[in-house]
Amino acid sequence: MADGKNDKLKELAQKQMAALDKLCEDHKNRHYLIRLYTCDAIGCHSGGSSDVIRSLTEVINSHGAMEKIRMVPTGCMGLCGKGPLVRIEADGVKPAMYKLVGDMLARIIAAEHVIPLLKWIEGGRKGEFTTSQFLKDNELCLDLPFFTRQHKIVLRDMGHADPENLGEYLANEGYDALKKALFKMKPKDVVEEIKRSGLRGRGGGGFPTGLKWEFAAKAPLVEGEKFIICNADEGDPGAYMDSCIMGGGPHQVIEGMMLAAYAIGATTGWIYIRAEYPLAIQRLETALRQCKKHGILGRNIFGSGWDFMIEVRYGAGAFVCGEETALMASIEGKRGSPHMRPPYPTQKGMWGRPSCINNVETLAAIPIIMRQGADWYNKIGDEKSRGTKVFALTGHAKHGGLVEVPMGMTLREVVEEIGGGTDTGNPVKAVQTGGPSGGVIPASQFDAPITYESLNEMGSMMGSGGLIIMDSTDSMVNIAKFYLDFTVDESCGKCSPCRIGGYQMLKTLEKISKGKGEIADLQKLKDLAFAMKKASLCGLGQTAPNPVVSTLKHFEDEYTTLIKK
Amino acid sequence: MTMVTAKIDGVEVKVSEGTSILAACKSIQVNVPTLCWHPDLCATGACGICLVKVKGKAAMIRACCVPLEQGMEVTTRDPELVKARRTVVELILSKHPNECLTCSRNGSCELQSLAADFGIEHNPYPQVRFEYERDESTKAVVLDQAKCVMCGRCVDVCQNMQNVWALCFMKRSIHTQMSPPGGIKLEESPCIKCGQCSAHCPVGAIVEYDQTQEVLGQLVDPDLYCVVQIAPAVRVAIGEAFGNAPGNIDTGKLYAALRRLGFKGVFDTNFGADVTIMEEATEFVQRFRDGQGKLPLITSCCPAWVDFMEKYYPDMIGHFSTCKSPHAIVGTLAKTYWAQKNGIDPAKIRMVSIMPCTAKKYEIRRHEKDMYASGYQDVDISLTTRELARMIKQAGIAFNELPDETPDALLGEYTGAGTIFGRTGGVMEAALRTAHFMLTGENPGSADIKQTQGTKGIRSFELDVKGTKIRIGIAHGTGNVEALLKEVEQAAQKGEEPPYHFIEVMACMGGCAGGGGQPRGVTSSIRIDRGKGLNKDDKQSKTRFSHENEAVKKLYDEFLEHPCSQKAHELLHTSYSAKQTYKR
Amino acid sequence: MEKEQEDQVRTAAKKWAKQRGSLVMALHEVQGALGFVPWDAARIIAEEMDVPLARIYEVVSFYSYFKLEKPGDVVISICDGTACHIKGSPGLIAAFEKDLSIACGTSTEDGMFHLQAVRCIGCCGLAPAVVVNGKTYGKVKPPECATIVKEWKAKMKDKMKDKVS
Repeated sequence: MADGKNDKLKELAQKQMAALDKLCEDHKNRHYLIRLYTCDAIGCHSGGSSDVIRSLTEVINSHGAMEKIRMVPTGCMGLCGKGPLVRIEADGVKPAMYKLVGDMLARIIAAEHVIPLLKWIEGGRKGEFTTSQFLKDNELCLDLPFFTRQHKIVLRDMGHADPENLGEYLANEGYDALKKALFKMKPKDVVEEIKRSGLRGRGGGGFPTGLKWEFAAKAPLVEGEKFIICNADEGDPGAYMDSCIMGGGPHQVIEGMMLAAYAIGATTGWIYIRAEYPLAIQRLETALRQCKKHGILGRNIFGSGWDFMIEVRYGAGAFVCGEETALMASIEGKRGSPHMRPPYPTQKGMWGRPSCINNVETLAAIPIIMRQGADWYNKIGDEKSRGTKVFALTGHAKHGGLVEVPMGMTLREVVEEIGGGTDTGNPVKAVQTGGPSGGVIPASQFDAPITYESLNEMGSMMGSGGLIIMDSTDSMVNIAKFYLDFTVDESCGKCSPCRIGGYQMLKTLEKISKGKGEIADLQKLKDLAFAMKKASLCGLGQTAPNPVVSTLKHFEDEYTTLIKK
Repeated sequence: MTMVTAKIDGVEVKVSEGTSILAACKSIQVNVPTLCWHPDLCATGACGICLVKVKGKAAMIRACCVPLEQGMEVTTRDPELVKARRTVVELILSKHPNECLTCSRNGSCELQSLAADFGIEHNPYPQVRFEYERDESTKAVVLDQAKCVMCGRCVDVCQNMQNVWALCFMKRSIHTQMSPPGGIKLEESPCIKCGQCSAHCPVGAIVEYDQTQEVLGQLVDPDLYCVVQIAPAVRVAIGEAFGNAPGNIDTGKLYAALRRLGFKGVFDTNFGADVTIMEEATEFVQRFRDGQGKLPLITSCCPAWVDFMEKYYPDMIGHFSTCKSPHAIVGTLAKTYWAQKNGIDPAKIRMVSIMPCTAKKYEIRRHEKDMYASGYQDVDISLTTRELARMIKQAGIAFNELPDETPDALLGEYTGAGTIFGRTGGVMEAALRTAHFMLTGENPGSADIKQTQGTKGIRSFELDVKGTKIRIGIAHGTGNVEALLKEVEQAAQKGEEPPYHFIEVMACMGGCAGGGGQPRGVTSSIRIDRGKGLNKDDKQSKTRFSHENEAVKKLYDEFLEHPCSQKAHELLHTSYSAKQTYKR
Repeated sequence: MEKEQEDQVRTAAKKWAKQRGSLVMALHEVQGALGFVPWDAARIIAEEMDVPLARIYEVVSFYSYFKLEKPGDVVISICDGTACHIKGSPGLIAAFEKDLSIACGTSTEDGMFHLQAVRCIGCCGLAPAVVVNGKTYGKVKPPECATIVKEWKAKMKDKMKDKVS
């Protein structure tokens, strides 16, 4: 009887594999003369990309040309400050990108660029297609350093693929790494490969991913279970990398998670995603449905005999739940209050089971590393900080958006070249990295490379990837107050150094910014920062004073000016 | 057991694996200061005071909740540690009213002594004040959130130790507070008034509902005749308020002190306990031998437990002994039997009971008819041990120098069986001594039934009464009840023989000795010492069997006829009804 | 709570009770249906999921996403993430507060508008951004706040008319 059951499973797996192959082949075999990409990531989506797609479709349909043109809603194209973005590509033709596309412009693009271009191609022409001056004025130059200086690994597919199209993901070598691991590698080989790649946690801490996996792999199952948890509760109030990666490449994250699960021997995966990201949730759940339908998740995956399922749980608006122990408490249905470590989650995590928690960007890098190899990956970046990092370049950036750069690139390159300086024309005063746990870095230190270590040395941190450009008019006391206000509100309230210390610090800052401060208040701030850093229970409290400490360090004069007023 | 060796302040220590750094420090006479930590509870590291440094770690570590690891090098004192700990204390003080002089914890407050130890003469941080409403709704336990330091002890006690879930953490950040859920009053919550929260609170945020002024007023009212009774567990704990060791038997001095305070009749609840045993043992025999009523019989002298059962296990009501608790019995008898015998108008009698318990304040009003069986409110005011200690101190009575006195006749004489009511297993032991007599016509070979003693949360055993096996279950701490009752429920569902014939439950760990109204600073070892005091009192008693209490015999002869008579039922028994867990 | 709502809550609670780690999910579903988590709903969740009510309130009052009071019909969320803050969200909050004569975090007396500041909504490219009942407004300037309020007042009026007719 057991054999009969096995045969059935085998048969099912074969059927599913065949269906997947067909999905992939179908995608590869469909040829279009033009590919029309519309950014449908959160920024452009909120800016009206759905209307843009509708308008483009209507006009193209009215010319009966839909068969020859592929309309692709895509993940983030990067230059969010200029969205909604539309990109037109055709083989052998120089691509073009439009910025700030509204309903009207979309119709003009379709009628005066896409349709004529189609006829032009059908006429056998190649090279540079010329459009009207009006359209030219609405185009974005694709030679901008913003586009040319990036190195896209994690964001590889964003802007070029439909996140809801499994066939396309498969056609782009999707799930190949997983198949390779399942059939050709032992779990410990996968751990070894990631160790060798030098990948470090992209959620902020920078802990070596391979090492974490090694700990998790060693932990024996508890009551038959071990978990891999994807931390998608992006809480940094000025960063949206994970939202875009989830929304733009959900299969990439799922594949990364499955590779992690295989490597450490996890039995179930959990994705803890921020509830404030409905679009990312929708894309993720679509992708998970596809996986379940096609046997990528479930029993006997690809006929390998390996079973794995993923559950999705929403956050509910608590920054502290980015902290591992708090995140697990939240899924368990409790307040998101961190507890002291040890025990570490990899030993004793959710419901007492060993649990390995990785951030979205970390997991999204895994399939690519596994496909291209650790040796390829660890040649990118800096000696101790390998690979690339995705940043949300915002604030007063001239060219703001989602960027991916190799580690080791200098802040100047990112701020001045990729970001193009400020949108106000005022000089850049500083950047802020690491969100509420990070600090400000003055323009004078912009030649420092972006690595975990050097950012720490400058009193900031890598963090999850917020990079906020501030110009000469921005008040540093205000920015410190903004962040502290955030962490004070987000303190879980459990431990007194964070709960009361942060509040007292905020009150002192408010006093100073109202012009009622005294010089002695600066010492008070430093004393409180010391106590919070040393005595807070978790990372949130320990790093909460950083924005104050770093602004005090680099811009103490702004404080004293306010006090002397 | 695996041992770990490490160095603390350069001193080598060897402790078993899993021992916290805090405990390891204690083993070498280093007391790292703490606030939220309590030996009864799970260490959470909430206050952030027990900071130590561990070589190789950047942040300071909380000694209470991190285990000592092999080869660790721990530093417990250096200027940075003192500075950080001190700042944390200052911060806590900045969110505390600091109204020490007008706080009932003045002199016994853990935060106050911490502030004194750190010599904080001036707090650099301005006072943070939010408006909180004082919650006196239960008239038993009072919540004063303004004073709360968010140590979390009460919440742990209420949820985990007691499984009551009346208290929880609400909100977050500086606005985090301990309170009943959803902004309701404590009275509207499942609170069982056990007062364990107040017994564990390090500051004055949860205290007993103070009625000492009311009692003082009655004592000087010429129209009233004030009488008093003391519960078993009070005598072995009140001495702690006067510098005596836990478990010291201060019965004689207590009687004297109460007379000095102006009480005209001084009785002993232990007498009532002996009466309870007569009634309850009879009830047990009726159910066990005669098949009249449900088995197991479950004790009902703990009012917090009664409240818990009425809220969470109303299906078990039929199992409850209908016999009132000892202090309610003494209350009823004082206003009937004693009043008649002495020719005193019961309307003028004011009965005060001194209890180790906050729930007794609730019990005296819990049933609109049964608690007024004498025609008047049977017990007018119930004071906790802590309140009485304060009254004695306010009156300037030198407690330890008092002569030993004896109680007043009729309601004062007690046996060893009555006194052990004050510890877990004691009611059971006393009841079994008399049940043995009732079942067999003779006393057991030894008064001691050792299996009833001990500190394990749940204890069960089989007692052989001349070939008849009685299955016994004992639980203390309402958190331990669930497992026991589940067994009973499951057996009933399956139609099996009940797993127990007789169950004793006390809501507080250690029984009344560890009651919510006892002197502060309770720990497991203090509860044990108080229990030992009661056992000693039992052993040195003239008789150790309730049915041999001459005053009790007289009571039945002259007034009640026999145990469980109709009159006894009218005066000494009560009834129960299902109660809503939430009154909203 | 009306019967229909009670059933919605009960169904949601029953569905999630079967899965572990699902209290927050059940609360999301209930808030999605009712707009907030009222006392009666919390009682039903406690009962159906066999979770102490105290635990539910510990959770529901901890997470900023959950509301214990009924919000206004039109929820104006001003993004106060870092990018929006730098680009002027405090000015927008002030403008809306003035236009609606209420403080941020509260609702108008007639229950029509609820004003709240929220953490980053992930549209930093549109900073400063405002979301009104799911509709996003990007690069908003303070004078435009009055227009947004007017737009939604008109919408609500139309909706009322539709209901009446």
